[in-house]
Amino acid sequence: MKAGLGIFAVALLALPYVGLPAFYESFSYLLLSAIVLATSWNILSGYSGYFSFGHGAFFGVGVYTTAGLAGKLDWPFLWTLPLAALAAAVLGVALGAVVFRVRALRGELFALLTLAITFVLATIALNTVDGGPGIQFMVDTPKLTPTASGFLYLLMLAAAALTLWIAYAIYHSRFGTGLLAIHDDEDVAEVMGVPTYRFKLAAFAISCALAGLAGGIHAVFVSYVTVAETFSIALAVNVVLMAALGGTRHWLGPAVGAVAITVLLYAFTSGQAAVLGRALTGLILIVVIVAMPEGILGQLLKRFRKKEPVRKPPVESARPAMKAKTGTILEVRGASKAFKGVQALAGVDLDVRGGEILGLVGPNGSGKSTLINVVSGHYTADSGSIRFEGAELIGVAAHRIARAGIARTYQIPRPFPQLTVLQNIALPPMFGQVAMDRAAAEREAWRWLEFTGLEAKAHRFPPDLNLHERKFLELARALASRPKLLFLDEVLSGLTPVEMDGALRLIRAIREQGATIVFVEHVMRAVMELTDRIVVLTYGKAIAAGQPAEVMRHPDVVSAYLGTAHV
Amino acid sequence: MGGPGSEDRLTVPSATLLGQSVLSGVFIGALYGLLGLGLSLSWGMLRQVNLTHFALAFLGGYLTFQLAAVAKVDPFVSLAVTVPLFFGLGVALHGFFTRFKVTLLNTLLVTFGLTSIIEAGIQWYWTADFQRMESAYAQVRWKIGPLYLSLPDVITLGLALALCFGTWAVLRFTDLGKAIRAMTEDAPIAAAFGVDEKRLGYLVSGVAGAFAAVAGVCLALDHTLAPVQIYAWMGVVFAAVMMGGLGRPLGPLVAGIVIGVSEALTMAVTAPTWAPLVSFSLLIAILLFRPSRF
Repeated sequence: MKAGLGIFAVALLALPYVGLPAFYESFSYLLLSAIVLATSWNILSGYSGYFSFGHGAFFGVGVYTTAGLAGKLDWPFLWTLPLAALAAAVLGVALGAVVFRVRALRGELFALLTLAITFVLATIALNTVDGGPGIQFMVDTPKLTPTASGFLYLLMLAAAALTLWIAYAIYHSRFGTGLLAIHDDEDVAEVMGVPTYRFKLAAFAISCALAGLAGGIHAVFVSYVTVAETFSIALAVNVVLMAALGGTRHWLGPAVGAVAITVLLYAFTSGQAAVLGRALTGLILIVVIVAMPEGILGQLLKRFRKKEPVRKPPVESARPAMKAKTGTILEVRGASKAFKGVQALAGVDLDVRGGEILGLVGPNGSGKSTLINVVSGHYTADSGSIRFEGAELIGVAAHRIARAGIARTYQIPRPFPQLTVLQNIALPPMFGQVAMDRAAAEREAWRWLEFTGLEAKAHRFPPDLNLHERKFLELARALASRPKLLFLDEVLSGLTPVEMDGALRLIRAIREQGATIVFVEHVMRAVMELTDRIVVLTYGKAIAAGQPAEVMRHPDVVSAYLGTAHV
Repeated sequence: MGGPGSEDRLTVPSATLLGQSVLSGVFIGALYGLLGLGLSLSWGMLRQVNLTHFALAFLGGYLTFQLAAVAKVDPFVSLAVTVPLFFGLGVALHGFFTRFKVTLLNTLLVTFGLTSIIEAGIQWYWTADFQRMESAYAQVRWKIGPLYLSLPDVITLGLALALCFGTWAVLRFTDLGKAIRAMTEDAPIAAAFGVDEKRLGYLVSGVAGAFAAVAGVCLALDHTLAPVQIYAWMGVVFAAVMMGGLGRPLGPLVAGIVIGVSEALTMAVTAPTWAPLVSFSLLIAILLFRPSRF
């Protein structure tokens, strides 16, 4: 395998020196540039799911940066390449900084804005660098190869190798895992500690920079650039098609698609056939999206993947349980939150003491889930103060709150559907209080798989699990980050009595690990059995707090649940 | 477009040029609104981003052009062919999306593919050259004071106003409209209360297709047709749809006119080649300052 790759690499490097007809050189060049474009597109769009239709625009920025600097200002060509990459990245970051802040309509808005940016950048290029007639220029390439196009081929080969290496490295890093989690459920990723905004911006910057680099090389390859040829929608569509055809969930997928589409389109290059080629790409795009969402590589991998044996985790002495801090660790004062006139929280006061299990109960709509959402940073409270270990949480980004040691589960489990159970559980430790690398996080995840009895499902995907297993996955994922404070949002609902007993044992064991738990639940038997103290919420206010048995006899609590007696 | 003020640097245009610019901005804005109406309905109500809408509008324009050139059919008579045909295409598209449970982002990708196919078909049959329909309507021009008005412009504005306000009224005042709004808000709940949301979905998609046919006639009457132009309209019309608010029939019209007038003034003050920047800048400004709209 290794030797094969080596021979392949040598053959690629030797291509300009063996004196093949020029056609082979330029065709290989086109293949490589397609690989660079599709693979770089995938770093943002495939991994995180934000489909860009503007990759052609960022490629165009690179083309025009080099054409302008080398062609008009006579800069040495090689010096313009870093600037071509930089210019594209800066524009990408500027666009991303605006769009990625908007919460709703994310994917579509991004797709349409990137579609528009192609025309915007074309307009700017036309009115500034170009001026109308296009730029014709010649540059001297270093005489390392028999022909100038041979040198450009080698440059594009280097760009392709760099791009594939970056895509590979990101795919296998924390960064890549975060991006894949954003793809599946961005809100949950943020609450688990993934700095979603920064990750998206960084991925977009890298993606644009590589496209700009390819554009810079391409400017010299064509040596005559025009706005109409450079900023084309067709390029953007082809890139999306290549990546989707090859498979967007794998680092190598887009390269596979790039080769397939380039070879295919080569058959349709001239005259009327080009029209047919465009129609064909449209048709393939539709078929791939509807019938082959995983792409060629995704399908192949699925078919040939050996059943991974259930690896037992390396036996690890359990870490000594953390000593929970005593005293108040979470202090909520006057927290309010309104949604379009509905006052979900109306000045909640609440203390959570270190090491306790606090029951949070109240009728439906009393504000329990909103309180969790506000503390975990998913929503920002309108007023009041929420202090965790003395530090204010209101206005702090959700991923920072996660890093401070607060975790939550969702009432309706929200696993990342396209990550395996193991990867799901390994995500929080990568982004928690101690940012582990991927290998360490997976070792940690095995502990919690064992703890929750899900080892046999480690390599399955969440949609294959039943409700009870998904609830336990939700628990394992919250635990894996080793939270200091854990919010459990109705983990028992929908479980059978036997499953419920298992869950209760689990929750007690969690406390033994040193976590403080806020337990939101409607199942009163569990609340009375498990909690040290309870707080009752109604209409967004805490109306009672104290020992479970006492509080439940409190007249206000009785009337909140059952109404007032009119006898 | 153009005129004496369109030099490369900033110029102060005369009052007449300014007036003419505002007027032409209103007319082009009406066409943005008309094109955006169908998009806004299918995006807001069916959760589909339908890029094919542009390809259909151009196809409608070309069909109108062809019928007028070969059989001397009046552009408005040709609506009798294109409206039912495109209604059917809209229904078929919705059927496809429903059958394959296509997600919102994927509707965008699928309709992009479909647009490529239609564009290629148009180019294959009508070539990539610019085509312009000769019609009696285009000859009719009026001079009001120093300003010129042409009949196709007025027709476009009239149709845009009629369809946008008509749609608004149907949604607001009829039982059918109430059912559609209920479906938009929560389809399963609406279904539980007896709203046949599946049929309404087909109806909305069909109507959006029919609107594309009407926009196509306006395109043929007042603009040159070329296959590449399909993409050129996308950015600005989507800006109008997003600024106007999804599923709100009057939104794209108002936003379209704001964009159209801004573009026309930009062209009068700077060079016409800068116009494509206007809608994008407006959209970015809204994203920056009013992100809660989205």
